[in-house]
Amino acid sequence: MTVTVPAPTGTTPSGARRTPPPPEPEDLELLLLIRHFELTLLRLFEAGELSGTTHTCLGQEYIPVALSRLLGDDDFVLSNHRGHGHFLARHAEPYGLLAEIMGREGALCAGVGGSQHVYHRRFLSTGVQGESLPVATGVALALKGTGALACAYIGDGTWGEGAVYEALNMAQLWRVPLLVVVEHNGIAQSTPTAAQMSGRVAARAAAFDVLHHRVTSLEVGEIRTELAPLVAMVRQDSRPLVVEFATHRVGPHSKGDDTRAPEEIALAAAHDWYDRYARLFPEPFARIDRERRELVERIAAEVTARPPSAWERP
Amino acid sequence: MTRVSEHLNHALHDLMETDPDVHLLGEDVSDPYGGAFKVTRGLSTRFGDRVRSTPLSEGAIAGVGAGLALAGRKAIVEIMFADFVALAFDQIVNFAAKSTAMYGRPVPIPLVVRCPSGGNRGYGPTHSQSPQKHFIGVPGLSLFEMTPFHNAGELFARMFALGRPCLFFEDKVLYTRRMYEGGVVDDLFRYEVAGDVARVRLDGVAEPDCAIVVHGGMVHRALDAMRLLLLEDDIACELLVPARLHPLPELPGLERARHVCVVEDGSEGGTWGAEVARVLHPRLWSSLRRPITLLSAADSVIPAAPHLEREVLVQPARIRDAIVEALS
Ligand SMILES: Cc1ncc(C[n+]2csc(CCOP(=O)(O)OP(=O)(O)O)c2C)c(N)n1
Repeated sequence: MTVTVPAPTGTTPSGARRTPPPPEPEDLELLLLIRHFELTLLRLFEAGELSGTTHTCLGQEYIPVALSRLLGDDDFVLSNHRGHGHFLARHAEPYGLLAEIMGREGALCAGVGGSQHVYHRRFLSTGVQGESLPVATGVALALKGTGALACAYIGDGTWGEGAVYEALNMAQLWRVPLLVVVEHNGIAQSTPTAAQMSGRVAARAAAFDVLHHRVTSLEVGEIRTELAPLVAMVRQDSRPLVVEFATHRVGPHSKGDDTRAPEEIALAAAHDWYDRYARLFPEPFARIDRERRELVERIAAEVTARPPSAWERP
Repeated sequence: MTRVSEHLNHALHDLMETDPDVHLLGEDVSDPYGGAFKVTRGLSTRFGDRVRSTPLSEGAIAGVGAGLALAGRKAIVEIMFADFVALAFDQIVNFAAKSTAMYGRPVPIPLVVRCPSGGNRGYGPTHSQSPQKHFIGVPGLSLFEMTPFHNAGELFARMFALGRPCLFFEDKVLYTRRMYEGGVVDDLFRYEVAGDVARVRLDGVAEPDCAIVVHGGMVHRALDAMRLLLLEDDIACELLVPARLHPLPELPGLERARHVCVVEDGSEGGTWGAEVARVLHPRLWSSLRRPITLLSAADSVIPAAPHLEREVLVQPARIRDAIVEALS
């Protein structure tokens, strides 16, 4: 079943149709915190300060920021490889997250999990695609009737994994409060969605009688208004909902591995909220942008100087 | 100088060129990306739809590979990180391997599942494992591993000639290392390859103090330990590197060594090394002076932070200490 909600208006990347209202200052602060956090990671990588790998959410920050106020303390969030924004929009703990990624004192999970494996205060991420949806269904089953829900972020590529369907089936069959947030950025690592998905997410949800809603707006406030009644329904009626965001991956999959054509990268960049807000709302954007950048620089300097994390092996 | 990843890439090019029955499947294997570790670069451009980037569907792509093989083709399936071969366990174990025998007559399934494995790269607990041990002792299934000594083209030919499914592990740390050439490892060590086994020796030492048996991914750490053992502890070791891990090929020369040590990067418990020791004990019972030393990674998840990861995985100093202790 697809829920119809009036089409959002401020959807064009260029802002050609109309100027959206400026984002609230707290939202802009969070958006820019995540942006500078991610840019800092890429910079630290280049400087050889980080090892392993990292997946930044450049361009997609607005999704968890929009959802942040629709989620309550008792909700459980399951995240994936591209989870820094999901985390920061959930918990204002950038020091702990960076320490986790850098393996420093104060790390959320002692530096064991790193970028892709964080479990902290009802937020859990893991790096194996598709694994999270059955787990989210189980969490949602446990939460059923409490008014809380389980929210799981997955990418469009992850719809290749069979576990996704096994979970959706049970979630609907057992009526669990599960919010599946699909960040449909049109690409999985290097493979365009068209080359790896036959059919559409909406039709797949429909096959299980799972509610589906597609979001094309890039505006945090607008998205919230659009989703609030649907998320309330997940809680009250205890049922799964798939919210599919049409979004764009502005950066590389991980680091330095973007093989997209320049036009494709330019198209993604044209949807970036960052440039648009900088243009449309020069004040307060410039000020908040500078403040967040400086804040993240301080965080990075402080965390880098910390001693290595300690871990007691079980 | 050829890097191991380039060498593998050339081997795949040659294989697909000479055998039009060979197909290759895997996530992001097509150009221009050419695979997460660039091992399949150029193949899709050259061989068209015999090379396919797949959806994220490890179970199904292993099954599709098995289906191609069942229908008379040969299939190479790339699992992006060996950790995810867990998602293909059923297709590999319960279909591909069993089908070679469960229909009461031999059914050929020429399928090679390539698995980039191993840690020491800070990729964290779900992208760093050496899951070889989980596949040992599955009837119909063979395990191979890339080494910096073996010709990959010959290994692919060998695996396909078995007509049964094979897992082919490629330790990710090898990709950027060079292939050894001309029988020379370095100023101290020489090597030779006989069949499935590469043997690394000190010139003129016929009866080494210790023979170390490792899989391909452990080679450099073992060599580092051997160098220290020789120069600091006056202990002469030789190294045996079987490209076939299971079933284990005949390992030459062990009767002449004072001690045998098996080293691997899989986690402790139910290990490949234990299987090697099981095979060797009856053969060496009369010449062994002490139990075979088994070294593996800790019984632990593999942490992302490098300083923690180092502690869990086997490092040269641990190999050295264990051998010194065993011989003291
Ligand atoms: C089971 C599994 N297979 C493969 C990978 C490697 N991998 C990590 S992210 C990714 C692409 C995911 O694409 P998508 O779900 O669209 O999310 P996006 O990266 O676009 O955010 C792949 C193939 C993995 N982590 N887990």
